[in-house]
Amino acid sequence: MSKQEQHWEKTRGLLFITLAIWFVFSIGIFLFGAEMQESSIKPFGYPLTYWFTCQGSLAIFVILIFWFAGRQEKIDDEFGFTEREGDQ
Amino acid sequence: MIKGKFIDNLPKIYGIYTGGFLVFIILMSIAEQAGMSKELIGIFFVSFTVLIYALIGWLSRTLQSDAYYVAGRQVPTVFNGMATAADWMSGASFVAMAGGIYFKGYGYMALLVGWTGGYVLVAALLAPYLRKFGCYTVPDFIGTRYGGNLARFCAVLVLTLASFTYVTAQINATGRIASVALDIPFNIAVYVGLASILMCSMLGGMRAVTWTQVAQYIVLIIAYLLPVFWISSNIGAGFFPHFMLADEVARIAELEGQFGFVKNSAADMATVPKGLAQITKAHSEVNATPWAFISLAICMMAGTASLPHVMMRYFTTPSVRTARRSVGWSLFFIFLLYSSAPMLATLSKISLMDPNLATGIIGKSIAEVQALDWYQNWNQAKLMFVSDFNGNGTLELNEFFMKGDAVVLATPEIAGLPYVISGLVAAGGMAAAMSTADGLVLAISNALSHDIYYKIINPKAETAKRLIVARILLVLIGFAGATIAALEINDILGSVIWAFDFAMSGLFFPLVLGVWWKRANAAGAVAGMLLGLGSGTAYLVWVKWYAGAGFLGITTNTFGLVGATVSLVAMIVVSLITEAPDSATQKMVDDVRVPSGKTILGKQ
Repeated sequence: MSKQEQHWEKTRGLLFITLAIWFVFSIGIFLFGAEMQESSIKPFGYPLTYWFTCQGSLAIFVILIFWFAGRQEKIDDEFGFTEREGDQ
Repeated sequence: MIKGKFIDNLPKIYGIYTGGFLVFIILMSIAEQAGMSKELIGIFFVSFTVLIYALIGWLSRTLQSDAYYVAGRQVPTVFNGMATAADWMSGASFVAMAGGIYFKGYGYMALLVGWTGGYVLVAALLAPYLRKFGCYTVPDFIGTRYGGNLARFCAVLVLTLASFTYVTAQINATGRIASVALDIPFNIAVYVGLASILMCSMLGGMRAVTWTQVAQYIVLIIAYLLPVFWISSNIGAGFFPHFMLADEVARIAELEGQFGFVKNSAADMATVPKGLAQITKAHSEVNATPWAFISLAICMMAGTASLPHVMMRYFTTPSVRTARRSVGWSLFFIFLLYSSAPMLATLSKISLMDPNLATGIIGKSIAEVQALDWYQNWNQAKLMFVSDFNGNGTLELNEFFMKGDAVVLATPEIAGLPYVISGLVAAGGMAAAMSTADGLVLAISNALSHDIYYKIINPKAETAKRLIVARILLVLIGFAGATIAALEINDILGSVIWAFDFAMSGLFFPLVLGVWWKRANAAGAVAGMLLGLGSGTAYLVWVKWYAGAGFLGITTNTFGLVGATVSLVAMIVVSLITEAPDSATQKMVDDVRVPSGKTILGKQ
């Protein structure tokens, strides 16, 4: 397998992990909205589902993107595909 | 000129600007104490900020195509994040979203999740790759990746329809705010809004829009957060509302149980002005089915990743790496406002409902409420209404009506803040709507001038001529948008949701598969765009105007699900039964996937 194929393999692996986390917090948990609302876990005292829609999921997305960007930069570095000055 | 130096000095320049704006707010509040009238405060806030944007637009004028189309590809990560946040947060986010949550509760909070979750898709699936491509516009990517003018033309078609639907809503919002703040009729105010929008974008294209959007973000975020924090500590709810409103949320639920949700008779409702709503949904209950919530969230997420005015902001960063990080910053700046919207809705509602607060009006006598200064103003603007349906002389929860679009603008007055805050909020709403309208008008006119005029009609056109065509189109599109906005076909939030569905129907899969599936070809992309857009639109028309029953619980807010599914199937089937893309195209896709090296299109 060429260097480029390996790079893409890893990139795709990272994509699947990122999308899996995204799926859980944008779609997965809201399948159980009514059940979660009754939960005794109350972040800052808010009902759980209400908190996720207001803050929880949103904050997780922000962190997820920065984490994804960091990981992708590592993958690019590993294969020497990081941009250099004058590339553009 | 300012250029190189300007980019190096950005934190300083915008720091001074922010300080200056805060000083302006303090001066206005001193002026209010000294007896300046409400009308004058509103006029000062809106006209002062709009003039600043126009000044930035004028200073950023340019005659170079790289600066006009992609701001010279030198916008630093964090500033591009701010510009994208302003570009993204429209009149719908600023003016209408908290109102939607206020009246519809949980069902509309899907918008919060959808309009933020979509950025994960932007970062992981598209933005870095499109940046590597080095295109000027989104159809530029489609046209080059798939090859052929037909694919390019279809992309322009979807882009124009989605963005135009979106932009009419934004011009509508600027008109509404200008009409309240400047006290002029709505159908004139719409053109005042348009003139402000064009001043920002016409001379400098993307470069001007970028630097005005950063300035607009600063105004809109101050305008949104200040009242939220202020009201919260005013009513003793806590100095940091985001972490401290749990008691208020519980108190609202208690009050709702006490007042009850009474349904008004049809005869009573006939006396209420059109478009005003009463509170009928519980504030924090899960009152929508999982599918209703999730389907709306999916549509908003896929739409986010397909809307061209957002995508093209990531063409302006210096590199692929910065494009990726910039998506994170964009979402961070958006998060600041979105996490505050439900807090604003909570504070607004408790101020209105709680009889223990001085501002609570439910349970007071109708005559007392009708004598309130702010009620009279908003009632006169046909945005608020009370009526004693049951004839007992006191105001019940079901007897108070407000337009969803008015919640954010009216809340400071309802909660008893000084009028200077209302002026500030009006300026913030204006900034939010203008910044998005700028991005959209530019996206449309760039696609028409670059992809239709330059790439299809007249490939030999010189830069100067292309930029003149781009500017003429900008003005024409702006006027068309304002004319339609003056007709008021749909409310702000409704039109924006439609725009997302249109974009998702036609562009989501052709964009994503263009990077992630090498086998996708031109015939497949064209089929995907046309059949996707066609089926989505057909579903909307069927349900909305021909009273169609619909299927699978898909509504006029989520018709993008139909369009995108058809688009995906059509694209895969047609791609597989036609020839695979040639080796040059496959090589191009390989190059897009690697961050280093030259951009695909090179210097244009």
